[in-house]
Amino acid sequence: MNHISPTIWQFLVKWLTNFALFPPEASKIAPQMDALLFFMVLVSLIGLTIVVLLVVSFSILYNKKRHPVAVQVEGSTLLEATWTIIPLGLFLVMFVWGALIYFRVFTPPANSMNIYVVGKQWMWKAEHPGGQHEINALHVPTGRAVQLTLISQDVFHSFSVPAFRVKREAIPGRYTTVWFEATVPGTYHLFCTQYCGTNHSQMTGDIVVMTPEDFRKWLASSTSGASLAQNGERLFASLSCAACHNTRPDARGPNLAGVYGAKLPLTSGGTVIADDAYLREAILNPSQHVTQGYAPIMPTYQGQISEEGVIALLEYIKNLDSDYRVQQTLNTTDLSPGSEGTAPAAAKAPASKGTVKP
Amino acid sequence: MPDNTVTSKGALGAAKNADSADNADILHADHPPYLRHHFNSAEQQADAASFAMWLFLLTEVMFFGGLFTAYLIYRNWYYPAFVAGSHQLNVVWGTTNTFVLIFSSFTMAMGVWCAETRRRKGLVLCLTLTFILGLCFLGIKTIEYREKVEMHHVPGFHYSLQSFLDPASNPEVFKEYHDKPLALDMARHTEIYFSLYFLMTGMHAVHMIIGIGILAFMIFRARAGAYTAGHVTFVENFGLYWHFVDIVWIYLFALLYLISRHQ
Amino acid sequence: MSTNTIISLPDQTTARIPKDNFITRENGLLSWLLTGDHKRIAILYLISITFFFFIGGALAGLIRLELLTPQTDLMATDTYNKVFTMHGIIMIFFFLVPSVPATLGNFFIPMMIGAKDLALPKINLLSWYLYMAGGILAVYTMASGGVDTGWTFTTPLSTHYVNTNVLTTGLAVFIAGFSSILTGLNFIVTIHKMRAPGMTWFRLPLFIWAHYAASILMVLATPVVAIAIVLVALERTFGIGVFDPTKGGDPLLFQHLFWFYSHPAVYIMILPGMGVISEVISTFSRKRIFGYTAVAFSSVAIAVFGFFVWAHHMFIMGISNYAVLVFSLLTMLVAVPSAIKIFNWTFTLYKGSITFETPMLYAFGFLGLFTIGGMTGVFLGSSGTDIHLTETYFIVAHFHFVMVGGMLMAFLAGIHFWWPKITGRMYPEKISQFAAVVTFIGFNLTFFPQFILGVLGMPRRYASYPPEFQVLNVFSTAGATILGVGYLMPVLYLIWSLKYGAIAGNNPWQATGLEWQTQSPPLTENFAVMPVMDHEAYDYEWLEQQQQAHKETEAPHAG
Repeated sequence: MNHISPTIWQFLVKWLTNFALFPPEASKIAPQMDALLFFMVLVSLIGLTIVVLLVVSFSILYNKKRHPVAVQVEGSTLLEATWTIIPLGLFLVMFVWGALIYFRVFTPPANSMNIYVVGKQWMWKAEHPGGQHEINALHVPTGRAVQLTLISQDVFHSFSVPAFRVKREAIPGRYTTVWFEATVPGTYHLFCTQYCGTNHSQMTGDIVVMTPEDFRKWLASSTSGASLAQNGERLFASLSCAACHNTRPDARGPNLAGVYGAKLPLTSGGTVIADDAYLREAILNPSQHVTQGYAPIMPTYQGQISEEGVIALLEYIKNLDSDYRVQQTLNTTDLSPGSEGTAPAAAKAPASKGTVKP
Repeated sequence: MPDNTVTSKGALGAAKNADSADNADILHADHPPYLRHHFNSAEQQADAASFAMWLFLLTEVMFFGGLFTAYLIYRNWYYPAFVAGSHQLNVVWGTTNTFVLIFSSFTMAMGVWCAETRRRKGLVLCLTLTFILGLCFLGIKTIEYREKVEMHHVPGFHYSLQSFLDPASNPEVFKEYHDKPLALDMARHTEIYFSLYFLMTGMHAVHMIIGIGILAFMIFRARAGAYTAGHVTFVENFGLYWHFVDIVWIYLFALLYLISRHQ
Repeated sequence: MSTNTIISLPDQTTARIPKDNFITRENGLLSWLLTGDHKRIAILYLISITFFFFIGGALAGLIRLELLTPQTDLMATDTYNKVFTMHGIIMIFFFLVPSVPATLGNFFIPMMIGAKDLALPKINLLSWYLYMAGGILAVYTMASGGVDTGWTFTTPLSTHYVNTNVLTTGLAVFIAGFSSILTGLNFIVTIHKMRAPGMTWFRLPLFIWAHYAASILMVLATPVVAIAIVLVALERTFGIGVFDPTKGGDPLLFQHLFWFYSHPAVYIMILPGMGVISEVISTFSRKRIFGYTAVAFSSVAIAVFGFFVWAHHMFIMGISNYAVLVFSLLTMLVAVPSAIKIFNWTFTLYKGSITFETPMLYAFGFLGLFTIGGMTGVFLGSSGTDIHLTETYFIVAHFHFVMVGGMLMAFLAGIHFWWPKITGRMYPEKISQFAAVVTFIGFNLTFFPQFILGVLGMPRRYASYPPEFQVLNVFSTAGATILGVGYLMPVLYLIWSLKYGAIAGNNPWQATGLEWQTQSPPLTENFAVMPVMDHEAYDYEWLEQQQQAHKETEAPHAG
């Protein structure tokens, strides 16, 4: 490296970036995926070379001029077995390797920080738990596992960050998740990759990866004044959820404090983990998700609440301690225990009125 | 498979040079008039036609299969809605229709026998009975559909959740089943049940109408003796089609009408 | 040249097209439009397919023109969306699916098995009319506002969020689907019931095996997409809610129903092409296909496995991880028979006597390009890499490699190979070899850069893109221009050859199939004397004996 003159090195780097065959590797999984991709390219090249070499050499050796009489060869079980087993073996390696990566990408670690993303024609809305809202952009820190909980308000969209090598459809009616851990600060492309109508090609944005310091600063400066959980608390009140879901012993609905992640027995038999998907369904289609021991009297909120509203409620419920009061802390994305230290709460919490819209 | 004579003449095959009208006449004499010229024998032709009909019925199975798949999934997810929806159907009419169709399959099978045994009058009678029974089926279906329209249970046309939110508002059904009122979100899912009901029975009805149309044509031809002179392929294969339509109905009846009917 | 080719033509000064053939037997437009003759129907299809191909191709040209620049500057975004949608619909349903089966399959399946016609000639004609009805409806829809849902009709976009002609397009595809089902049905019955005496299953040409496998797919898979389209139409019109989450429906159900057909559809498209390649490679290396049984069973295996992999189009749509595992594994399995075939074809060349006439050039192109296309399919079948590559230009490149580099090359190989049999005339060899090379170069230049674009992350169905992707897009468009020339040339010289081409005689390629043992163009009833199959497929020794016998008797040409 020391022998290459700096100018040439600069030129090489510029040349390589401009003619890059791969996007930048900006997440932890990116090099792993690239390794498998490279393996596949290699195997394909070798396979192609073998086929081309065979075809070319047979064409030269056995063209009519040189080899005027063909020799009938019925076949060869050995060869058949060879070119069945070797490709099968290689494909199975790719299957296993790929499956490992797939499971890795879609199994978020327990300590990941969650950001909600709602896709709609034709923009991406990202909601940080601390109340920061972004349109067609997403700020994330390095060195931290970030889970995205995606949903669409209308049609299928797909959240794609080539630099992270992750992609996930945002579907109407259910949450999908994906996670990544960014490694290199910078700005990277965000694309919608599922055709979604007229402005599909305009549904792009920027993923801004920052160092944790910069990220904290950004969080502090971008707050809308209330965290998602606080918005959720307001919504909880305005939709009269507290009428049934409270701490009174005769409450008509189950106590929601600490329910997130708990195992719930259902009236239909069986148990379910109260995750995002369950909670969303419980709000929109309650009659199928009634906790055992309670009457199926919860009304549905389908049509009365937007996806953002549901998200706010979820955040509220996730952060519920025993007295249904959300902490006033702002500007952290770590409202759950066991995270980095809470950042200084830079603002009070005057109820600037709702970014919530029932 | 055709006769395997080494010279492969077949019945018509070895017209050595396509000339000589007299040759053609002589050759035509030893095969039935309905034998198409690309076949070697009447047997081969009948065999091919029958195989083709079975294959076609297989495609029909795949066609209905998509609907059955949707039905299975949604019934699994929204069972209470499906129960409530099913209770809204008139099981008396449904059962009657089932017997009508089964009986029509019987008359159809008798018709095929008549054709094979060259009973022209019998064939016409059986086909006519089948035709009438088919019309009967459609008539009953019309009555049922009309009921559904009146109750506003047709998705897309002022669909009403009234009967599910307040079952007592529908006294006939309520007397039978004493259904509990459904929650609003589950009640909304009854629209999917009825969509599938109309789709599946509607698709079935389309097949019935086509079948009845062909039956009318067949009755006309049967009176002229077209099927009782040895060429029974058409009747046999139509019989296959008719039995298939019957079997589909039996599945539909069980799946749509009989959800949770025990008292 | 004379020792480097196997072309063997009759003496051009005395040779004539046989006076009595299927073209001259009857005259008048109605004799064509109401024909039951499988050969005439094949020609009807050939003309109409070519017509639709050029419409689809023009649409492709528009796409590439727009993508020359990063901005949406050639046409409105809505228009672009319609253009790529119609390109997909026309190319898939009105070109690729019927191409080889409806033209070459229709023409040659009866001849190859020694029959006089398909089992159901009237159904065959009905097939063509259904195809024309669907095609004309599709083109009419295109002209009157088009549709912009993408050929995949994804719900809820297609049911609730576009106001373009979804219903009429859906109807056009529905009708075309029935055309396909009837063709497949006809082929299966014919192959089962109308083989000549002595024509056992394992004496059938591999072209027949390939069409048999494709027909099974046509017959079993197409009805499912028909019902999917019906459901979309009803949801769109009446709001029935089967795919609408607010009513409890599930948009993923549409995906399952749609892909349950559309994945086997790709095998419907490629298997007949593979059948052509078997015939061509055998003839131009003068050898029986290496591993005949393996290739035959591979065709059927592709058809069977092809039914069980559809959800690999849905890996990132939120299906369960375990479903992903199963479908990924099955996808790996379905790739193996295709690999087996490539190697068998390659080894057919071993110790052969190879010449490089145009059909063989196209076959070589197929071998290379289908290998690449197939391998990149494995990239996508592996669930991990699919995450990065799906929904990008990698997918576009993958399917164009297999469909255009594979299937279309095979189609052209077949057209050139059987042109002398269909028309009685040879096409001009030199210019057609040139066109084949031009096509190959144009194809690679068009689609290889798209693999790179895909890895870089450029999404598909984008009218505008980040500027750093422009260079590769420009290469791609340049290639498309060359490719267009490569496709235009055959139309021109093939039409030219109808009048000025050399008289071909019965068997200019000295091939072994039954179709080559009779006059060119064939009689309406195919054979003057119905054949008996007393030798194996690709039996070049038998052929030599026949040629010896013929030389000795010096029989003049009939007619």
